[in-house]
Amino acid sequence: MPKRQDIHKILVIGSGPIVIGQAAEFDYAGSQACQSLREEGYEVILINSNPATIMTDTTIADRVYIEPITLDFAKRVIYKERPDAILGSLGGQTGLNLVVDLHNDGILDECGVEILGTDLHAINRAEDRELFRALMQEIKEPVPESAIVHTVDLAVEFCNTHGYPVVVRPAYTLGGTGGGFADNEEELREICEAGLKISPVGQCLIEQSIAGYKEIEYEVMRDANDNAIVVCNMENIDPVGIHTGDSIVVAPVQTLTDRENQMLRSASLKIIRALKICGGCNVQLALDPESFKYYVIEVNPRVSRSSALASKATGYPIAKISAKLAVGLTLDEILNPITKTSYACFEPAIDYIVTKFPRFPFDKFPSADRHLGTQMKATGEIMSIGRTFEESFLKAVRSLEMKVDHIYKAEFASMDQMQLLEKIKNSDDERIFAIAQWLRNGFDMSIILKETKMDSFFIHHIKRIIDLEQEMMAHVKDVETLKVLKKNGFSDSYIAKNWNMREKEVYDLRKANGIFPVYKMVDTCAGEFTSATPYFYSSYEEENESICSDRKKIVVLGSGPIRIGQGVEFDYATVHCVETLREAGYEAIIINNNPETVSTDFSISDKLYFEPLTTEDVMHVIELEKPLGVIVQFGGQTAINLADSLVQHGVKILGTSLEDIDRAEDRHEFEAMLRKLDIPQPQGETAVTVEEALVIAQKIGYPVLVRPSYVLGGRAMEIVHNDDELKVYMATAVKEISHDAPILVDKYIVGKELEIDAIADGENVFIPGVMEHIERAGVHSGDSISVYPTQIISEKVKETIIDYGIRIGKGFHFIGLYNIQFIVDKDENVYVLEVNPRSSRTVPFLSKITGIQMSNIATKAILGHSIVEQGYTPGYHPDDKHHVFVKAPVFSFAKLRHVDTVLGPEMKSTGEALGSDVNLEKALYKALVASGISVPMHGNVLLTIADEDKSEALKLAKRFADIGYGIYATKGTAKLLEENGLFVHHANKIEEGGDNSVVEIIRHGRVNFVINTMSNKTNSTSKDGFLIRRVAAENNISCMTSLDTAEALTRVLEALSFSMISMNEMGK
Amino acid sequence: MERLLILEDGSCYRGTAFGSDNFQIGELVFNTSMTGYQEILTDNSYCGQIVMMTYPLIGNYGVNRDDNESIVPAVFGFVVKDYCDEPNNWRSQETLDTYLKRENIPGIYGIDTRAITRKLRDKGTMRATLANVDADVDAIVKMLQETDYLHDQVKRVSSQKIFPIPNRGKKVVLMDFGAKLGIVRELSKRGCDLIVVPYDTPADVIMGFHPDGVMLSNGPGNPEDVQVAIDTIQKLIPQTVVFGICLGHQLISLACGAKTYKLKFGHRGANHPVMDLKTGKVEITSQNHGFAVDIDSLKNTRLEMTHQALNDKSCEGVRHKDYPCFSVQFHPEASAGPLDSGHLFDDFMELMEKEDHYA
Repeated sequence: MPKRQDIHKILVIGSGPIVIGQAAEFDYAGSQACQSLREEGYEVILINSNPATIMTDTTIADRVYIEPITLDFAKRVIYKERPDAILGSLGGQTGLNLVVDLHNDGILDECGVEILGTDLHAINRAEDRELFRALMQEIKEPVPESAIVHTVDLAVEFCNTHGYPVVVRPAYTLGGTGGGFADNEEELREICEAGLKISPVGQCLIEQSIAGYKEIEYEVMRDANDNAIVVCNMENIDPVGIHTGDSIVVAPVQTLTDRENQMLRSASLKIIRALKICGGCNVQLALDPESFKYYVIEVNPRVSRSSALASKATGYPIAKISAKLAVGLTLDEILNPITKTSYACFEPAIDYIVTKFPRFPFDKFPSADRHLGTQMKATGEIMSIGRTFEESFLKAVRSLEMKVDHIYKAEFASMDQMQLLEKIKNSDDERIFAIAQWLRNGFDMSIILKETKMDSFFIHHIKRIIDLEQEMMAHVKDVETLKVLKKNGFSDSYIAKNWNMREKEVYDLRKANGIFPVYKMVDTCAGEFTSATPYFYSSYEEENESICSDRKKIVVLGSGPIRIGQGVEFDYATVHCVETLREAGYEAIIINNNPETVSTDFSISDKLYFEPLTTEDVMHVIELEKPLGVIVQFGGQTAINLADSLVQHGVKILGTSLEDIDRAEDRHEFEAMLRKLDIPQPQGETAVTVEEALVIAQKIGYPVLVRPSYVLGGRAMEIVHNDDELKVYMATAVKEISHDAPILVDKYIVGKELEIDAIADGENVFIPGVMEHIERAGVHSGDSISVYPTQIISEKVKETIIDYGIRIGKGFHFIGLYNIQFIVDKDENVYVLEVNPRSSRTVPFLSKITGIQMSNIATKAILGHSIVEQGYTPGYHPDDKHHVFVKAPVFSFAKLRHVDTVLGPEMKSTGEALGSDVNLEKALYKALVASGISVPMHGNVLLTIADEDKSEALKLAKRFADIGYGIYATKGTAKLLEENGLFVHHANKIEEGGDNSVVEIIRHGRVNFVINTMSNKTNSTSKDGFLIRRVAAENNISCMTSLDTAEALTRVLEALSFSMISMNEMGK
Repeated sequence: MERLLILEDGSCYRGTAFGSDNFQIGELVFNTSMTGYQEILTDNSYCGQIVMMTYPLIGNYGVNRDDNESIVPAVFGFVVKDYCDEPNNWRSQETLDTYLKRENIPGIYGIDTRAITRKLRDKGTMRATLANVDADVDAIVKMLQETDYLHDQVKRVSSQKIFPIPNRGKKVVLMDFGAKLGIVRELSKRGCDLIVVPYDTPADVIMGFHPDGVMLSNGPGNPEDVQVAIDTIQKLIPQTVVFGICLGHQLISLACGAKTYKLKFGHRGANHPVMDLKTGKVEITSQNHGFAVDIDSLKNTRLEMTHQALNDKSCEGVRHKDYPCFSVQFHPEASAGPLDSGHLFDDFMELMEKEDHYA
């Protein structure tokens, strides 16, 4: 069928800020879809609130609205643009939910907007548990015994009849938010209550648990002509029970016979046909390991994280094809973009094994509950490709950037059998390492099989790796053994450690003996057809398929898995760098391992190597390609950290040199340089022992900011106020202090934080903007609300910042991007907090709002084109006088149990949203709404305030009262407020209990906001405060832990609301 | 133990031995199915061939008693990248290695199967053999170059005598050219009362059973090698309902005056899209054939093309314009492969119903 001629303008909905369960995969899907639709000649309008994405570049759609993805704002866009059709199935759950809301609102009918892709009926039938069950019964596909409940009591009733364990799944939530397993009534009540609250329709599915079944997924596609295909099947190494986003997954399925595979394939196709989906769909099935019995677990009627993974695993671009199917094209009409000789209507055959590992944020949240269940906790993932399981698996392990180079963790080696068993049983994120250690220790494999229900295929293969470790130890420095180890995925660094060599020595030994990998192509057809896809992976095989051109080449390193502190922003910068290189006539080669992102779309670069980002893996590519050099400054800390070892291998780093990178990152050199440039920084020193730290702290005076050197996203950074706290920090927060990794102890300055991103070309500096943080110093810059142009600081301060920025750029000889964080104290003294010699989190934000493509300019500067040559005037780019832009952080606290939501020097946000408008209040409003905070014009606020903040909080409380907000407060706070003439609802402290306890008030949604500040002086981990914050997070009530955030909110409310002051009060 | 795979172009790959050491010269072909190695190994259409799986991990789920496509496998050798000797599946009875040894099939693993696949793709299928590491490679290469392909594979794999698989439904004679058990399963599932006959059974003997229809099975080799069956089919078509699969399809085409030709490297896999030219719909099919029916040659026959491969546009199915006779190049019985086209057996049943003997 030809494409639709009756529609011209299509509104595409993005997925908004990155949260756990909805991440960079939608940037990839969304930008592919928009481009795909434009290719077909449609006018594309986009709404997405996420500024960090490629998708929201103005080149991706005809018009891009970076606005909150809410009914209100989407309606405004529809009225203004009058699209003919809307496409929501590429914007994740957010996109689908918005389509449903818009439909229910009636505006789609009113404006004649047709829903493309997955129609409403299909969305409802897939997402509404009752309708889905009914449909499955109709087409005779088995689903587990279950009940849809709207109350906790009904859930209990179901379990009384059908028994425990059960799984609770709230309807219409992403990443399984709020769900979980319940083994008894108490657990059921707790999980179900939270689940009902978090479900937008107040509905949960209580389902018989099929934990222990194999979890198998099929990525299927269907067109309007009812052709349906399977793009990829995947097998979770973890059985049903662990969310697929948190599971280790392999593709294709490994342990199913063809009969089992075809049975499930047919079921999946039957389902997509029954749902009449036009586009991609993900079907999750549970298969009994002991029979042909299976159940349908879940269907996602849209592209998903799994479809991004399937696209990268097979080379089949699901989102791109989905968009074309949505406008009426059929699979047999669309050419397979990989082979260009076959059609999209086929099923990829792959001749390698893909392994996906989730990347968890537990390194940043040591207190979080690491047990994995139905609620997703991973922030990102990595993928690896190999020709054997061992090769693929070990590549995956070293791609994680968890400081592991093998399936080995030293801390597990010292554990006894019981401790290991505990780790394995508890199915936490490190279980696979515990399993390996168990096998290494020679313990009984059958216990693992029994406890984990993992297929013995996988455990046996891990055992093969363990057996090879013994071979390794038995044949130290033996070349034949080395060959075998490399074929099985062992890393140089692990072999080096065990052979008592340096990593480079192992590398050189290999090189001398010709033990090098070749590159194989990902071609969707297992080599059956010729293809020209520039998408490769390494393997220790015979034939190399990656033919090098004689063009001028540059290798760009990506940023690896998405994690807190290193998000999609770095992928954005990488993609722009590559684009610029290609435009400039260079062959741009990307090395990266993140399957979710745009940078690993094979059409972005001239060549994509899907490889771990380690020295050896990068060096292999470099040895083959012989590029002019490597660009490391766009791939975040991941890439920067490789610079040193690459230089040791004789590789040229393009842009800022290694010495200058080190000058910014090495504490002593940095201090010396700033002194030389006469730029002040907060007083501080480095310590390698507790005693030293105490002496330094005494000298500079508390409070002090402590952190390990070379940190990412403020990991393990804390503000400490006295000796005791410092001792605790040194003992707990930091595992290894050494001369290589000392602790920094800095004076903590109370003041305003600002930051700049700038470009230097070796001669001049260009600063597109200064960003001002709403929260005072102490809150990590990534968690602060950031405003451009600056609103509060004086012209003088701004000039100082610009001056420092320019001097640093020149003084450090930067070439390319750099970022500087500043702090300004109350006397308008400006200090430099840190300098990052690389792209930063704010680069996409600043690029978009100023219209200055920073990564592109920086890339050109790296290539030798000066700022002036590029047509820019060095110095400060004039501020936008007509708009205000606000970037608000977005958190995923609801998904991470036991994580304290209080903001501090350690970064906790997973994503960001942009709000822009003509003044600060309006922009703030949009940013807050876009970040998921509901901002009602009237309601109630609960205050539990630390003593030292009370006077400041009083002012806020008054302002809340003036606009008619009801005030709830705990005893101490309430007393102060009442003394100052405010009417206050008393909230009981937790230990006082009762219906009026703070926890109950939050749980029952009696307040819209919670403002909770923590005392510096008393115990900083006060249990009450923690509970309040957690209850708020789990009940979706915004909790502000910084008075600055609260003040910003108040400003917004004031701007939106009317005053509510009685005549009596007015007289006063 | 090490072992060699030697190709007629002189290339030699060193890998690890498994299975038996019954080395035979065969045509090296590759199959792109990611599951179903047991079905593929036991598919008698591979008689005279050495099968190489493009999917690298083979043996994962062992071998079970249920998924065989023949009692005696006829494949000449098995080539894989990585062999799993510790399989797991609830139905698994033994390892693949044990099975191959018992069935006297040699295997090799640990070689760059993708490199060889690319070679076959570019140069076409080749004669090859497995050999011991100490073998005289040059002598073997010379022998490979001088050896002709087999011409008697159908005779080797067809049943030796007539036997029934009784049931109470339609009476169907299955001409066995090396029939996959999947075809028998599909027909039995639909209640067919089967009589299996050897490939050279004369038409009058077949018609003597008064069948409602005749099923022409798949089978190995060049269809032109089985002239005796072509003659038989020519006689059967005007008399009864005829349904052909794979080799059966090629034989019908030859019997009706069309021509066949050898494909460069064939279609072997479980992901081949085929368009039904009547409905315009595409099905993903299981395929295993090295020959195809020449589309141009259909012009002068009473056959019309009903199915076509989406990728190389080769002929995937025909229908007789005058008689109830149709055939497909692919495998509606799947095993291994997608179940998309099972409905063709229903079409066969319907056609027999329409032409009912007693009606």
